[in-house]
Amino acid sequence: MSALHELGVAELAAQLRAKKVSAVEAAQHFLARGAKHAALGAYLQVDEEVTLAQARAADDRLSSGDAAPILGVPIAHKDIFVTKDFASTAGSKMLENYRSPFDAAVVANLAKAGAVTLGKLNCDEFAMGSSNENSAFKPVLNPWDRSRIPGGSSGGSAVAVAARLAPAATGTDTGGSIRQPASFCGITGIKPTYGRASRYGMIAFASSLDQAGPMARSAEDCALLLSAICGPDPDRDSTSLDGPAEDFARSLNDPIEGLRIGVPKEFFGEGLAPDVRTAIDAALKQYGKLGAKLVEISLPRTELSIPVYYIIAPAEASSNLSRFDGVKFGHRASQYADLMDMYKKTRAEGFGDEVKRRIMIGTYVLSHGYYDAYYLQAQKIRRLIADDFQQAFKQCDVIAGPVAPTVAWKIGERSDDPVANYLADIFTLPASLAGLPGMSVPCGFGAAQMPVGLQLIGNYCAEARLLNAAHRFQQATDYHLRKPEGF
Amino acid sequence: MALNPQDIARIAHLARLELSASEGERMLAQINEFFAIVEKMKAVDTTGIEPLPHPVAAVREVDLRLRDDVASEPIEREANQRSAPAVERGLFLVPKVIE
Repeated sequence: MSALHELGVAELAAQLRAKKVSAVEAAQHFLARGAKHAALGAYLQVDEEVTLAQARAADDRLSSGDAAPILGVPIAHKDIFVTKDFASTAGSKMLENYRSPFDAAVVANLAKAGAVTLGKLNCDEFAMGSSNENSAFKPVLNPWDRSRIPGGSSGGSAVAVAARLAPAATGTDTGGSIRQPASFCGITGIKPTYGRASRYGMIAFASSLDQAGPMARSAEDCALLLSAICGPDPDRDSTSLDGPAEDFARSLNDPIEGLRIGVPKEFFGEGLAPDVRTAIDAALKQYGKLGAKLVEISLPRTELSIPVYYIIAPAEASSNLSRFDGVKFGHRASQYADLMDMYKKTRAEGFGDEVKRRIMIGTYVLSHGYYDAYYLQAQKIRRLIADDFQQAFKQCDVIAGPVAPTVAWKIGERSDDPVANYLADIFTLPASLAGLPGMSVPCGFGAAQMPVGLQLIGNYCAEARLLNAAHRFQQATDYHLRKPEGF
Repeated sequence: MALNPQDIARIAHLARLELSASEGERMLAQINEFFAIVEKMKAVDTTGIEPLPHPVAAVREVDLRLRDDVASEPIEREANQRSAPAVERGLFLVPKVIE
């Protein structure tokens, strides 16, 4: 048997069911891996006692013959999900040491399925960022090249999986925060249709965009986790879709002969780095070999998705983050003159630069006299962007293109230039605004031998089809099996 | 249209954020740079287009439901107040607001 950390979710679950390894042994192995590679900055918190108690409970279920698909598999959670047994910080000083009285729905669903929690993973503060440099606690290093960023905001999640510190992790994606770090770290990640996973207990950033999803090595592993994560939650999440829970692994092996893959010409313009383009072109060619048909499509408002997203997301963030006022939870300034001063100083001390910037933009675009010109106009263009996708899906079943214009950049290279960071989100924002499911699938290596991810976008609730397309690709390629040297 | 330092001060007050002078200056430059890319959005003709608040509403009707107004989980005051900055006898403490 190969070392435990070489196993993916499906393989490890099979070993657990076959009693070749116990959940406690698996948890201990991964906790030791996490400690050994703590310098990567992936974990914000671990608690061996909590983890092992969960593992023992999983072992009890296993020995009673329970054969649930991910029972006993250790995973880690992005620290944007609240947890009873670990602190929940959202990567912010504002919530340092915050203890939630309840578990997020996603956390509870995975626990019910028997997954064991290894700990909480680093992320950009309140999930705002594309490089994980906005964590208030520490940066996360990309295991493929430690001088580079891992992507964000689910950077800790991507690194934990890429460096084999966990077989899988949860992430959240508001404008690309699962897909972009998955691409930069050479792993697989999926953001389901908006409303599929309950937002209950996900610390809110932009409520009309936020969506949880799994990050793992393969599409098959993602499918297993996604099936456990998703499901209606009508009483606690007003935007939860009311469709029944699904087995997203049901059609992994379906043939993809004749699958029509739409290639949006706007994703291949001059902004796309040549090394990324080469890897994406090769992946599309591979799909051709597998029998898929490539169709050129147009998503004419791709560029507009940047201003539209960066109006809507900050507007919702400024509203959501108004709850951090130093009264009911979180940080409170130690010196202040009166209540107003307490609010202002608490928020000045508790929030980092990027969060403040977005609160400022959001407050401005929602303020009297500007709402129609900015927020409402953005919401209208958002509909046009969603309509463009529906036009495109008349000609194709799945859309494919790059996740990001470049490979992971150097730490510090863009940290003083927020607008440059916003522009780099161009290929993930359209699907976010439209609420469509999207994936990143490892498809090669670009400059400096850094991983490149292929983005697959499906129509509403077509996750099983996306995962099928990704799985067939992974049956024919081995990019998802490559790992950084030394791990 | 560019924002000026007074706009930044006004927005910071609305957002309940204390900004130092240097922070305010940096913020002004960055926000103005950002609004340069927003200008493109203003030129789009959206006459007769309905705003899209829930993305799935692009293809089917989605009602933003309310749950029934009945008591469900009990309120666990102690757990809820565990991470509060200042609590006394089950109450949240704030600076004096009424003289």
